[in-house]
Amino acid sequence: MAKLAAVVGIGQTHYKTRRSDVSIAGLVREAAVNALEDAGLGWDDIDAVIIGKAPDMFEGVVMPEIYLTDALGCNGKPMLRVHTAGSVGGSTAIVAASHVQSGMFKRVLTVTFEKQSESNAMWALSTPQPFSVHLNAGAGGYFAPIIREYMRRSGAPYDVGIKVAVKDRLHGARNPLSHLQLPNITPQEVEDSMMLWDPIRFLEACPSSDGACAMVIAAEDLVQQSPKPPAWIRGVAMRSEPTMYAGREEVNPQAGRDCAADVYRQAGITDPRKDLDCAEVYVPFSWYEPMWLENLGFAPEGEGWKLTMSGATSLDEGGDIPWNCSGGVLSSNPIGASGMIRFAEAARQVRGDAGDHQVENAKLALGHAYGGGAQFFSMWVVGANKS
Amino acid sequence: MKDIAIVAFSQSDCLARAGAANEVELIMPQLRAVFSQVGLNNAQDVDFVCSGSCDYLQGAAFAFVAGVDALGAVPPIKESHVEMDAAWALYESILKIRMGQADSALIYGFGKSSSGELPIVLSQQLDPYYLAPLWVDTVSLAAMQARMLLEKELITERAMAQVVARARMHGRNNPHAQLGGEVSVDELLAAPTFVSPLRESDCAPVADGAAAMIICTPDKAREWGVPYALISGIDHRIETHNLGMRDLTDSVSTRLAAQTAGVSRGPVEVAEVYAPFSHQEIILGRALGLGDETVINPSGGVMVGNLMMASGLSRLGEVFRRIVSGEVSRGVAHATSGPCLQHNLVAVLESA
Repeated sequence: MAKLAAVVGIGQTHYKTRRSDVSIAGLVREAAVNALEDAGLGWDDIDAVIIGKAPDMFEGVVMPEIYLTDALGCNGKPMLRVHTAGSVGGSTAIVAASHVQSGMFKRVLTVTFEKQSESNAMWALSTPQPFSVHLNAGAGGYFAPIIREYMRRSGAPYDVGIKVAVKDRLHGARNPLSHLQLPNITPQEVEDSMMLWDPIRFLEACPSSDGACAMVIAAEDLVQQSPKPPAWIRGVAMRSEPTMYAGREEVNPQAGRDCAADVYRQAGITDPRKDLDCAEVYVPFSWYEPMWLENLGFAPEGEGWKLTMSGATSLDEGGDIPWNCSGGVLSSNPIGASGMIRFAEAARQVRGDAGDHQVENAKLALGHAYGGGAQFFSMWVVGANKS
Repeated sequence: MKDIAIVAFSQSDCLARAGAANEVELIMPQLRAVFSQVGLNNAQDVDFVCSGSCDYLQGAAFAFVAGVDALGAVPPIKESHVEMDAAWALYESILKIRMGQADSALIYGFGKSSSGELPIVLSQQLDPYYLAPLWVDTVSLAAMQARMLLEKELITERAMAQVVARARMHGRNNPHAQLGGEVSVDELLAAPTFVSPLRESDCAPVADGAAAMIICTPDKAREWGVPYALISGIDHRIETHNLGMRDLTDSVSTRLAAQTAGVSRGPVEVAEVYAPFSHQEIILGRALGLGDETVINPSGGVMVGNLMMASGLSRLGEVFRRIVSGEVSRGVAHATSGPCLQHNLVAVLESA
């Protein structure tokens, strides 16, 4: 059985287009120091550091953990570097948790980051490879046809994505760390924004951000040493499937469904909409909210958009299952950290420490990340209580 | 804490150039080999999969994504990846087993270094603001380290050549070796230096290929009815990246990891150490506390073939093979990452 572990400290940076005031090392250290302060701990209290980020080409540094060890107080300690595509922020949290849940470590620091301004993610995702089809389209170009297929199947009205784009930016306006601050955004403004990859408009896509997110995860017997309430890790799950195979369900991927079922089983969740108080879900393009509502079992297949349109996922409309109260990936996207921000924001909610985007009395929350061609999934459920 | 058993290992031939073979084609035969050693069909028959690779070797983001194509991951599997040598993928898998989420795991590492100039590619793992713009390559950094050892009279060029001669001798018995054969120390020393004081023979050759391993709980190994070796200790440590702050003539992180892994708790019959430069084998031998009773790198080590991102895992695999064959009952394996042995992993393997 896994040993009980909890998040006892969370630290984030401000998310911005360009953090030219800090180096990569300065960026990760800022998040790490914030997490240690939040946990009431110092560098010596940390037994190992687990670091994650999306492809090295996003900054042009090969295996940057080698250079970041000094900034993260890791000299003389174990350091592990996780890389699982866009889901990496979530996977890194899970690998960090496994250090404690295995009983091999008492307290670890985990950090993820992206400093997109130092390179060009679109280029990094589009280097041509021998023997493969060259997609010079970035992530939006890859996901747009899948979204169109979702619209065709579900018969969802054209403005579901617009609704999500507005909702998440209004959430983001409550979060001072959020990259985009658009408190006055309107549906018309989203609709009028440039079409990038039909049906994804400019304002329906995530920004490109610099930023880092860190957490301290501690074993049960050390949780008391940190002043704030812990977020108990109630379940962790990861799933992968190939990018392409005959009969692959790309709109509602099996890997996502299996991963959700696994993490719900561990956390004792039978009806996610009812049992969970909120969720932080990786939605980089607006339409992925209704799609993931279905994939994660919050709505029957083909009906996720109805939940979105009813306001059920909106904090401002008093919805019963608010999604992405922090503003989500649509408001801040330092790619390698984006998954961990979801995991950390879920933890902030159950710690009752989410500021103006707090869901009242949140006790159980889902953190979710996905990556690749919607083929890598990582999820955790955190709770205010141990069980 | 749960014991961990190694039940299968396979490594490809070390090829200077794998030609048109892509990464999946490098991985597939090794997966097939480890599955058949245990009697499994594919990745569906293990509880967890973890791999190690480096995007920059391939020159593309997400080198590991294609790897998933080699696994038979339909229906979806529990899978993860480290941007490190696969020895660290093994480490992550051990955590997964010990936390009770898996009883077995498949680990693989792969790299096709021939697509680029490896020493130059790896120069980009240095501090991106102060060092990487200088394009200091890995061979030059290692040469600086060797120079410090020589000037402090901690080694001799003859001792370095002896490491190479012994590795080549051992390489004769390694069917996967890229280099092997009888060569005298004097012959090696007669060659001109390449990046002084290193001769070309002091540097590991660059190889394309892959390696794979299956680990599990001892219960699972018995259920599968296959021989196994136990990992009785494993630890890894990293040191400062600032070369000026490190004593490059020693490997403090290896010493630390060896201590926690329990290297000195019993006799070390064999040690497989990941030393891509001859002088580093001497540093590592000292840091691990190895004496004359230990045979170092009986496979020839990476001096006869260096599969980037898989060589660390292969070191464990080589010790595993010698234990299950009954040749030895206890050995040490070591993996490294970063310039001048910055990050080191040490594992102790014992017969069951």
